[in-house]
Amino acid sequence: MNFDDTPQEAEFRATARAWIAANAPKQYEEELRKSSLGRTVLKNANILDVAKAWQKKKADAGWACLHWPKEYGGRGSSPIERVIWSQEEGPFGQLSRMFIIGHGMCGPTMMAFAREEHKRTYLPPLASGEKVWCQLFSEPAGGSDVAGLRTRAEKDGDDWIVNGQKIWTSGAHYSDYGILLTRTDPTVPKHKGLTMFFLDMKSPGVEVRPIKQASGASDFNEVYFTNVRIPGHQRLGEVGDGWNVSLTTLMNERSAIGAAVSTGFPELFEYCSSLMLDDGPAIEDRAVRSKLANWAVKASGLKYTSMRAISALSKGERPGPENSIGKLVAGSMIQDVATYALDLQGASGVISGEDAELAGRFQAMLLRAPGTRVEGGTDEIMRNIIAERVLGLPGDIRVDKDVPFNKIPTKGRG
Amino acid sequence: MNFDFSDDQKQLRDQARKFLAEKCSPKAVRVVLDGKAPYDKELWKGLAEMGFLGVAIPEEFGGAGAGHLELCVIAEEMGRANAPVPFSSTVYLAAEALLIAGSDAQKKRWLPAIASGEAIGTLALFEGKGNPAPKNVKLTAANGVLNGVKKPVADGAIADFAVVAARTGSSGRDNDISLFLVDLKAGGVEVKNLTNLDPTRGQAEMTFKDCKAEPLGAAGEGWSILTEVLDRAAVLCAFEQVGGADRALEMGRDYALDRIAFGRQIGSFQAVKHMLADMYVSATLARSNSYYGAWALSTNAAELSEAAAAARISATQAFQHCAKNNIQVHGGMGFTWEFDCHMYYRRANAMALGLGSMSYWEDQLIDRMRKKNAA
Repeated sequence: MNFDDTPQEAEFRATARAWIAANAPKQYEEELRKSSLGRTVLKNANILDVAKAWQKKKADAGWACLHWPKEYGGRGSSPIERVIWSQEEGPFGQLSRMFIIGHGMCGPTMMAFAREEHKRTYLPPLASGEKVWCQLFSEPAGGSDVAGLRTRAEKDGDDWIVNGQKIWTSGAHYSDYGILLTRTDPTVPKHKGLTMFFLDMKSPGVEVRPIKQASGASDFNEVYFTNVRIPGHQRLGEVGDGWNVSLTTLMNERSAIGAAVSTGFPELFEYCSSLMLDDGPAIEDRAVRSKLANWAVKASGLKYTSMRAISALSKGERPGPENSIGKLVAGSMIQDVATYALDLQGASGVISGEDAELAGRFQAMLLRAPGTRVEGGTDEIMRNIIAERVLGLPGDIRVDKDVPFNKIPTKGRG
Repeated sequence: MNFDFSDDQKQLRDQARKFLAEKCSPKAVRVVLDGKAPYDKELWKGLAEMGFLGVAIPEEFGGAGAGHLELCVIAEEMGRANAPVPFSSTVYLAAEALLIAGSDAQKKRWLPAIASGEAIGTLALFEGKGNPAPKNVKLTAANGVLNGVKKPVADGAIADFAVVAARTGSSGRDNDISLFLVDLKAGGVEVKNLTNLDPTRGQAEMTFKDCKAEPLGAAGEGWSILTEVLDRAAVLCAFEQVGGADRALEMGRDYALDRIAFGRQIGSFQAVKHMLADMYVSATLARSNSYYGAWALSTNAAELSEAAAAARISATQAFQHCAKNNIQVHGGMGFTWEFDCHMYYRRANAMALGLGSMSYWEDQLIDRMRKKNAA
C-alpha cells in the first residue's frame, strides 16, 4: 500500500508541473484558489475568455483532453496520467468548468457514435476550447426521468425537424454545438422511441433563454426548438436507439473521477481556525470542534475513496457505480457546511456579497448548494444507483415501462 | 499510486474469512453471549495455530513477522465474525505496548506467549467515568507496587497480564504517568467481572493492593507511550468496526431481499433501499479512512496520529449506523434475542467506548489537524 508514483508517473508529473509553472495564467491563481462553490469570480476579466485562452494554450502544447486519442485533439494518455494532470493543474483546473459537459460527455459520445469525418472535424476544436458544447437531455416533464422527454424529431426527407423544449441546459448560452436527445416514435414504450443527434446551436429555430437561479446567477438555460432542421448525417446511433446512446454519455459522466469534489470543509476549517466567537477562538469551542471533526472524516473519507478508485483505475479496472457516493455525500455536506458557517457569523450571516464576511464566500455556497444535490442525478437517484447496482436490491417499480409513450398519463409542468 | 492491499494480503483476508466462517459461526458466538464460557477457547487456540495472533509480532519474538497491514486485514475479519475472543485487548493493546516500550526481556517473556495463544493481555487505563487523560489516572505506583482501582478493563477477568497506567508524579503534567507490567497470576489484584453492553467481550474491575509491578518503558514516559498505543489500536479497531459494519449491511441487504411485505420484497421500497444505500456510504467512508490509517500505521508515518483519529471516528460512526439500521430493516424480528442483529449492535456500541469515546477522538482529531496546519 503506498501513494508513490511509478518512475513513469513521476516523470509525467514533473513534465506537467514544469509546463504548468511556465504557462498557467498566474495572475488569476489567488482568485481561483479562494473561489468556492457558487463563487468563481475574476474581478478584472471575463472568466470564459480566460478559460478559453488557457484551454487553447494547453491544446497547442498537447495537454488538452489528455485521455482522448491524439487524432481528435487529445494526448492518448492513460487514466492515471489524467489524474496526475488534474492534481498538478490545481486551481487552474477550475477554468475547465466551462468545458466539463463538452469534454466529459459530448466528446465521448461523439467518439462512440459519430462518423469518422465528423469526429475529425468537430472534436479537435472541442478539445481546444475554441468551440463549446452542451448536452440537451433534461426537460420540464423529464428531470430524473430522462426517458420521459417529449421533444420530438420527425423525418423530413434526409433531414429531421425538431420541436420542443429542453431545460437545465448548462452553458447553452455560450455553446456552439449540442447533443440532443429526442423522441422519434411516441407509439412505443418510452425507452424505445428515442433518437440522439448533434446540432449547431446557431441553427434557425433554436432559442436559448437563461434561467435565473436561486443564487441569482444564470448557469443554466431553457432551450426552445421551433422547426429546427437537423441533417440526417448528424444522427448519433440508430433511430430508436437514443436511450443506449445516452447511457454512454451518462456513464462517461461518472468516469471523471480524480477531480476533487467540493465539500466546503477546507474552507470551513480555515475559517474556524481564525474566527473569534464571544467566548474565544471558534476552534477551541467544544461544539464547533465536534461539528468540524464529523465533517473532517467525511471529507477525508471521500478523498481516500477517490484514491482507492484511482488505484483501481491504474490497475486497469473501470470505475463502477460505487463512485456515486462522491456527489451524494459532498452535495448535502456542502449545504450543511455553508449553513453552519453562516450560523457562526450570527445575525450578520444574512449579509451576502462583497459586504459580507469573506466577501460572501459561504453565502454564495449556501445559495448554490441545492443545485449540487440535483444536477447530474438527485440524491435520491444516487441512492437508487447504490442500492440497485452496488447492493443488488430490486429496481423501482416502473408502471410506465411497457406502456406506449403516448398512452402514459401526464400531468404537471410542461 | 497503489492505495490498496496487496494480492498476498487479500489472500490472507480470504483465508481468515474462511477460517472464521467455519470456527466462529453465530452459534459459536452465542455460547459466550449466553454466558456459558468467558471466551471461545477453541477459537483462540485455532487463531494461534493459524498464526493470526502473532501476525505483526517479529519472528524473533515468536510471531509471523508479517506486519501491520496483515494485522489490519485479519482485524477486519474478526469484526465481521464478531469473534468472542480477547483479540483487541491482547493483540492491539498489550502486544503493541510491549512492541513500543518493552525491554528485550519483557518482549521475550510475553510476546511469544501472545503469539502462541498462551497469554491473554490487556490494558488497564480507565478509572470510572472520563476519557483518556493524565488527570484521570489516580492509581499510584510507589516502591514497585501499585495501589488503586481500574475499571472497566477489557477482558480483565481472563487476562494473564496487564499493562497498567499509574501516577508516579504530581507535577500536573503528562510526565506524571508511567506504565507498568503486571503478572496477574502473581497475586495482589482482585478481579470482579462487570456486566456490560457486549457480553461476548468481558469487562472487569481490577483492584490493585500493594501489587508488584515492573516498569514498562521509561518513568514519566507513560502518557506518550499510551497515546501511541491508543493511536495504533484505533486503526486496528477501525478495521474490526469496518468488518462489523459490512456484515451488518450484508445482513440487512439479505433480509431486505428475502422478506416479503405488502406483496413485495421490502428491499424494493425506496425508504428501505435508501437506508441501505446510506449504510453502504458510511461503511465505504470508514473503510477509506481506515485504509489511510493502515498506510500510516504500516509506514510509521508522521500522519499516523491524525489518520488514526479519523479512522476511529469514521469507523465508530459507520458500525453504529449500520448495526442500528440493520435492526430497523429487520423490523420486529431485529430486536429479538434469536436474530443475530443485536450481537452487532452490542459490539458496535461497546467498541464505540473502549478506546475513549467519540468526544475524546473528536478533540484529538481537531488538535492534530491544527498542529499539522500550523506546521
